[in-house]
Amino acid sequence: MTNVIEQLINGLRTGSIYALIALGYTMVYGIAKMINFAHGDIIMVGAYLLYVFIDIFKLPIILSVVLTIVMCSLIGVFIEKVAYKPLRKAAPLSVLITAIGVSFFLQNASLLIFSANPIKFESIIKVNAVHIGNVSIAGITIVTFIVTSIAMVLLTSFIKYTKTGYAMRAVSEDKGAAQLMGINVNRTISITFAIGSLLAAIAGILFLSQYQSLKPTMGALPGIKAFVAAVLGGIGSIPGAMLGGLALGVIESISKAYISSQLSDAIVFSVLILVLLVKPTGLLGKNFIEKV
Amino acid sequence: MKKENTNKNISKKVTNKKNIVSLVLIIAVYILLAVLVENKILNRQFRSMIVPIGANIMLAVSLNLVTGFLGELSLGHAGFMAIGAFTGAVFTLNSNLPGLLEFILAILIGGIVAGLFGFLIGVPVLRLKGDYLAIVTLGFGEIIRSIINSINFPSGLDPEGVRIMRKGTMGLTGIEIYSNYTWIYIATVITIIVIVNIVNSRFGRIMCSIRDNDIASESIGINVSKYKVITFVIAAFFAGVAGVIYAHNFAIMMPTEFDYNRSINILVFVVLGGMGSIRGSIIAAILLTVLPEFLRETSQYRMLIYSILLIGMMIFNNSDLKHKLIKKKA
Repeated sequence: MTNVIEQLINGLRTGSIYALIALGYTMVYGIAKMINFAHGDIIMVGAYLLYVFIDIFKLPIILSVVLTIVMCSLIGVFIEKVAYKPLRKAAPLSVLITAIGVSFFLQNASLLIFSANPIKFESIIKVNAVHIGNVSIAGITIVTFIVTSIAMVLLTSFIKYTKTGYAMRAVSEDKGAAQLMGINVNRTISITFAIGSLLAAIAGILFLSQYQSLKPTMGALPGIKAFVAAVLGGIGSIPGAMLGGLALGVIESISKAYISSQLSDAIVFSVLILVLLVKPTGLLGKNFIEKV
Repeated sequence: MKKENTNKNISKKVTNKKNIVSLVLIIAVYILLAVLVENKILNRQFRSMIVPIGANIMLAVSLNLVTGFLGELSLGHAGFMAIGAFTGAVFTLNSNLPGLLEFILAILIGGIVAGLFGFLIGVPVLRLKGDYLAIVTLGFGEIIRSIINSINFPSGLDPEGVRIMRKGTMGLTGIEIYSNYTWIYIATVITIIVIVNIVNSRFGRIMCSIRDNDIASESIGINVSKYKVITFVIAAFFAGVAGVIYAHNFAIMMPTEFDYNRSINILVFVVLGGMGSIRGSIIAAILLTVLPEFLRETSQYRMLIYSILLIGMMIFNNSDLKHKLIKKKA
């Protein structure tokens, strides 16, 4: 029983990181209607930036974290301006390929700068484990839970209560109508990319603290899984991304522990497919009726 | 061998001028290829790329059928290739038939098994649309890869006559190298001819009508799901065949070769070549297979340059500049 609870907690920890990344996917998809394949690589960029600030420039931890997050946001906006903005009216597939190009670019740029060898990095989170009965919860888990909860609450209230949040929801509903209402669509899209990349940076920092090793392809798999989480929850839906992320983390951790660690990816994807077959727009996705 | 095959496919149609010209062209290209390879005019590096180029053309053309003509985005094409590659290689490793027959059977088995999986996957999945279909096909590619990773493959007999079982993660070794430029050329040409004929047939027009408007197609009595599944199976079959030929080009094969990056690469061929353009797919597959090799001179920068070119080409394709240039020409 203790074992099951520990696996559940592990799953929720990974799941909450997935959820943070999935939020970026879902927001960008909701507003720009594109799968930002390079989103996973922002995690990697965030992790490397943190490493550079702490281990090479020897900056204090708090400052490094803040700098990492700010830099990632700026990189996200920059990518949007350079690569995606010229394609705003292009076919969705062209945008998808461009995003894949950006993903290749980020991976290979960091491969050039830092080489393919994994770099060791000591976790910046030094919190002692907490024991409740027989169950022990690692410090990193507690910090991950706190950070992701705060990020999600802030994000939800930002989208619900601020003017920019209104603008984002309006743009995601109908770009043309939003523009007619005087919303600056380009600025709103930039802000969305900034927020998405900011969340990816946080996820990158947490991810790095958990695995304590860096390599240029580290963002690819969590990126794909987070995207699966976003689709599972219903892409475009913010609570859906959170739910999808947590569900995915738990499924993955349980199947790793009790079925087969090699098949865990297969199980994760099978669950996604089963859910989509029953509910084609994901768990919390909106159903819309197709009109002729 | 080659001549017979192409003849057979073409003779179904009236022997009009266009078909004769393309037949002459096919033979001319083959002779050119043979001269270049046999006389070692091409260096080793280029000779070793002929089979990958052909396999990529087959993959691109077959994916174009699904993505360009049927209008469904699939990110799992490498999965079908992996199925073909592994079934074909396991077959040749474990059978004792004479070389040529063994290879032809392997190609057929690999293609049919991949097509079968295309059917099993296509029936439930093709109900989904657009980006959802994309992510689910990507998921299927990954499922196939992790299943290959986790099963043990019989891979021939050891000197004492005991069957060797190899773990999927270790890949397969000792695959007999059957593929050469002739085989890949024949397979590529057949693939292109079959797919061009499909596209120009009634079936091809049905696919295009589904792509343009599936509701309208259904209302005029087209069984949309049936045609979607058939297209998917055909594409999976050719991807499987490409996989078998690709597998018999190298002695060693790892499951990591068939990850989603490969699926994405195939999609890049299709999109860059132009969706719904067979000629475009062929040109893009050749260029983008050769390009990284040319960039090898710049070793570590090559993938960086490739990615920048990719972004640049996509932006150029959709820019005003291109439209202006086209207008000027016209």
